[in-house]
Amino acid sequence: MNMQTTPLVARRSPGPDGEKIITLAALAVGGQGGGVLTNWIVDVAEANGYRAQSTSVAGVAQRTGATIYYIEMCRDTGRAPVFALSPAQGDVDVLIASELMEGGRAILRGFVTPGRTTLIASTHRIAAVSEKIAPGDGRADGEEVIRAMGIAADRVIAFDMETLAKEAGSVISSSLLGGLAGSGALPFPKESFEAVIRASGRGVEASLGAFRAAYDCATGATPPPAPPVDVAPPTAMRVPAALDREWRALVARLRALPAEVQGMTQRGLEKVVDYQDLAYGAQYLDMVESLARQDAAPFAMTEAAAKYCARALCYDDILRVADLKTRASRFNRVRGEVVVGEDQLLMLTEYFHPRFEEFCTTLPRALGGWLQASPRAERLYARYFDKGRRVRTDRLSGFALLWAISALRPMRRRLLRHGSEMAHVDQWFAAVQEVALQDRAMAVELLANYRLIKGYSDTHARGLTKFARVMGALPMLRGRADGADWMRRLRTAALADVEGTALEGAIATVESFAGARA
Amino acid sequence: MAERSFAKEVQKLRKGEGETFTGEGILAITKALLENGVGYVGGYQGSPISHLMDVLADAQDILGELGVHFEASASEATATAMLAASVHYPIRGAVTYKSVVGTNVASDALSNLASGGVTGGALIIVGEDYGEGSSIMQERTYAFAMKSQVWMLDPRPNVPSIVKAVGDGFALSEATNTPVMLQVGIRSCHVHGHFTASDNIRPAMTVSDALETPRRKLDRIVLPPATYLHEAEKLTKRKPAAEAFIVEQGLNERFGAASGKVGIILQGGSYNTVMRALNRLGLADIYGDTELDILCLNCVYPLVPGQILDFCAGKDAVLIVEEGHPNYIEQQIGHLLYQSGQRVKLEGKGKLPMGGEYTGQVMVEGLAAFFEEHAPDLLPVAKVAANEPQVDIPDLSQVLPMRPPGFCTGCPERPIFAATKLVEEELGEHHISSDIGCHLFSIMPPFDIGATTMGYGLGPASAAAFHNETKGGRRSISFIGDGGFWHNGLTSSIGNAVFNKSDNVIVIVDNFYSAATGGQDILSSRATNPTKQTQNSITEAVRGMGVKWVRQIDRTYDVTRVRDTLKEALTTEVEGPKVIVASSECMLNKQRRVKPQIAKATKEGKRTVRPRFGVDEDVCTGDHACMRLSGCPSLSVKDTGDPLRDDPVAAIDQSCVGCGNCGEVADAAVLCPSFYQAEVVSNPAPAERRKAERRNRIISWLQTRRDARRVHLA
Repeated sequence: MNMQTTPLVARRSPGPDGEKIITLAALAVGGQGGGVLTNWIVDVAEANGYRAQSTSVAGVAQRTGATIYYIEMCRDTGRAPVFALSPAQGDVDVLIASELMEGGRAILRGFVTPGRTTLIASTHRIAAVSEKIAPGDGRADGEEVIRAMGIAADRVIAFDMETLAKEAGSVISSSLLGGLAGSGALPFPKESFEAVIRASGRGVEASLGAFRAAYDCATGATPPPAPPVDVAPPTAMRVPAALDREWRALVARLRALPAEVQGMTQRGLEKVVDYQDLAYGAQYLDMVESLARQDAAPFAMTEAAAKYCARALCYDDILRVADLKTRASRFNRVRGEVVVGEDQLLMLTEYFHPRFEEFCTTLPRALGGWLQASPRAERLYARYFDKGRRVRTDRLSGFALLWAISALRPMRRRLLRHGSEMAHVDQWFAAVQEVALQDRAMAVELLANYRLIKGYSDTHARGLTKFARVMGALPMLRGRADGADWMRRLRTAALADVEGTALEGAIATVESFAGARA
Repeated sequence: MAERSFAKEVQKLRKGEGETFTGEGILAITKALLENGVGYVGGYQGSPISHLMDVLADAQDILGELGVHFEASASEATATAMLAASVHYPIRGAVTYKSVVGTNVASDALSNLASGGVTGGALIIVGEDYGEGSSIMQERTYAFAMKSQVWMLDPRPNVPSIVKAVGDGFALSEATNTPVMLQVGIRSCHVHGHFTASDNIRPAMTVSDALETPRRKLDRIVLPPATYLHEAEKLTKRKPAAEAFIVEQGLNERFGAASGKVGIILQGGSYNTVMRALNRLGLADIYGDTELDILCLNCVYPLVPGQILDFCAGKDAVLIVEEGHPNYIEQQIGHLLYQSGQRVKLEGKGKLPMGGEYTGQVMVEGLAAFFEEHAPDLLPVAKVAANEPQVDIPDLSQVLPMRPPGFCTGCPERPIFAATKLVEEELGEHHISSDIGCHLFSIMPPFDIGATTMGYGLGPASAAAFHNETKGGRRSISFIGDGGFWHNGLTSSIGNAVFNKSDNVIVIVDNFYSAATGGQDILSSRATNPTKQTQNSITEAVRGMGVKWVRQIDRTYDVTRVRDTLKEALTTEVEGPKVIVASSECMLNKQRRVKPQIAKATKEGKRTVRPRFGVDEDVCTGDHACMRLSGCPSLSVKDTGDPLRDDPVAAIDQSCVGCGNCGEVADAAVLCPSFYQAEVVSNPAPAERRKAERRNRIISWLQTRRDARRVHLA
């Protein structure tokens, strides 16, 4: 695609009285209220003695696709100007993008021109389907788009207008209008924008609130809302008096670790203890400490160990799910998320579908193993028990059921699942320890490979397979200067798609240059 | 109709003489029909003309006062056949549909109508869905006008011109005994503007009057030998009459100065784009004033040879601006010029692209190329030199995710395709035929389901060739919507499958509306409609057609059931087509209907329940398997902020309508236990509240007891 501005200087010329046509395009995601915004802008223009014309392609507007609205306006001199019906490359004065990537799309399509276009964009994200379905993190890089905005636009007004609107109890069309008014790109006073909102008659106060907040951010009167930083929620461990001494002993061990890794290790320790008990926490610290002894500043390997050992130890089983689902903190979080008022009640249904595997592995080792080997038991289970279960945790029966399962926690070490999980963890960790002796960078990657194991049932099984495939490349990559880098690439490939196509391709590449060593 | 009120728009139809009408192009056309004494209106909904149908459907009282009959036709063929009322009777009739697809369906009736000709004005308003944002294949309607010898108007895309074209169309039709097509582009239909209204006129003869005094003229009926006369009449009488009318009434417009050495002939519909390009090239002002000689064809068929030759006379070069392919107008003009011996240089395709929408940029480049070659002195110096600094803008094409349209939040069709994907995971991939409608979004990720789409109601028909010689071998699956089913699928697809003993599987996606076109009622709609007979069962129709294996699913969100039924259909030994009717109401329309009701009930203090889904973020492991079976806008990814985690987790936002798909899919696909359904009860009964409080006390006691014995995160 030719991304350069056209060599032809094809700017619009003004009318005899100096009146100019102003062109404005709005790129929105279907369902964002682009139609409302368009009507408001037309009304503002007409109220200020301008002629205005709007067009849109509304056919799929409600159906989540990218949609364009287009407005032209011109001071009324008694004659009807010839307005164009769609935005043209290099000919847009004001571009409104109601989402970050739509702003990027406007640039890609040539609607944002240096020295010409005022770009008003909300920087929040609405992930597209393609970004959501990657097994890892498939989200697009917003930084690149923001950089491009600075280059392509004459002026950029970009901040999170969605958050502003939500905080005001309104929708993004109000804050976009505020951004537009505040940008000064249209020769209309703030009051005329407000008058149009008032005349629209629905949710006026909330709309005005969002409008004014965005207006002030656009003029620079107030700073735009800070981007949501990825701050970890503060943790608070509740320690019963009887366990306090033992807990303090673990904390003392934590404090003895290098300062660089204490933050991560604290998170890990809290998670592991919360998952099982204090002894489990001690086991976790054993693992972290063993690698710390072989590590040196900046202790990247120890930090990776702190992170991934915690994850490896806290595998997701029925006990864990039952525990999490019956916590008081969880009930409070749900009430906040779905907005339950003081005078309202909450009914809560959990969706479970325990398969034969989960059933067997939640039994004591011997019994579970025996059942797992019995085709007859499997058939029986399939016929009578293998179905989705809806559990009402706001009711006593449902809650008590899950609470009782969570109460099996002290027995967890005796269950079949624990045995297989620990065997798997031990094997992985032994490999890490051995590699750490010669190649710490590779050890970091091996630790991070535990990221591949996630999900439940089939997804979990697929994760295990991919984990084994990636770890299986170790003999080929050991001892190579670029070994760790390739190990990281294999893991990234494994997270790119479900089928493992990218991973197989990456492994084939590795085999092509390092296969002989295997 | 459509669970959506058009009352505000309907009021605009009442505007009288001298009042200013404000609204979209398609609504202006609707008003213009009434101002021109139309006697009956029909059509088939579809972008961009759905609005005409929707508004008239809600305007029964106005139509009643004027004696105008309106109906929502079963198909475009039905609509065009309806114009038969103007064959023998001097009644003006208008029908509308999306083109080129609608015209394809209508073409049998169109040929018959055009052959015998009309007495009353017959207007076909075709909404041309061409260019960016189009949902259909890119073809021109022009060919139909040529082959059937019906006239075609393509007015300048501003509301007054479009309104004038309605009146011109009726008059032209009556003056030439020929149906007239009024072509309006997608943006013309949605253009917002004003015009000065006139009073609505009651038709001189209503369809009721016609019924009371039947007439017939043998020579107007399409049967030999009259058909031979019709052909001759088209060429010797009707076309010359049309050419005379076009010139006398000044349908085509001339702009600029006639003395120019170069000129442009353009379709009315592209006038604004051309004018903008000329303005950007310094050759016209913002009001369209220009020195350049321009012939604007508001009537694109037939062309008037005299007018064209007169325009070209004395010119060095003429550019034809004709969007779409083939370039019928350019060919005709080339032929005219050649025959006349004129030596003007004809330009068109070549300077402008062969196909594709003529956007602003395309037009600027095309016109500049034309002037540079044929009139370089016309272009201001500044416009020729590349004197503006070039800025290299980063190429974002690799960064930006595509954002194709998809299923709405809570769409009942989503679980059908989730179930299909699960069946394919189990039984392997199948050949899948798709149809036209919202369900066609299955083609896109995350479902990636469907191999072909051959037209409305033709999904199962397009699987007709797939006859498996191996008994018990793999079958094809085809999808068809309720809209397509009633449009012609019942016969073309279902009847055909029965008659030919097809062994394939057909899934009828029934969402209670013609949803993709705006939620219009159809035969099987569940709503009661005062002017329509609804609630006709698809299942019974299918049985009546002779299908033996029929399964009705009344809640598509039951993914397990849809999956098992589809599996059964693919494996049963029963012979003949296997038909599954999967029914649940379109969520977009349901929310429009139900949301205000619930809000009202809550306000009145009645007990109401608001369902929503959520994800327990500490149970979710961030593998996104749920999203690969959903694609719901309300289900997305978010960061947890937990440094122990790498991947974003699933999250459901406030827009969730609690359809249940997430939980059902998690269950059927055995995904994970992260999903919960929360139902918020407003105005609970006192007893219910007391019971909940008692429960909460016990639950709280159990929680405290457990926490007292362990170190845990708060």
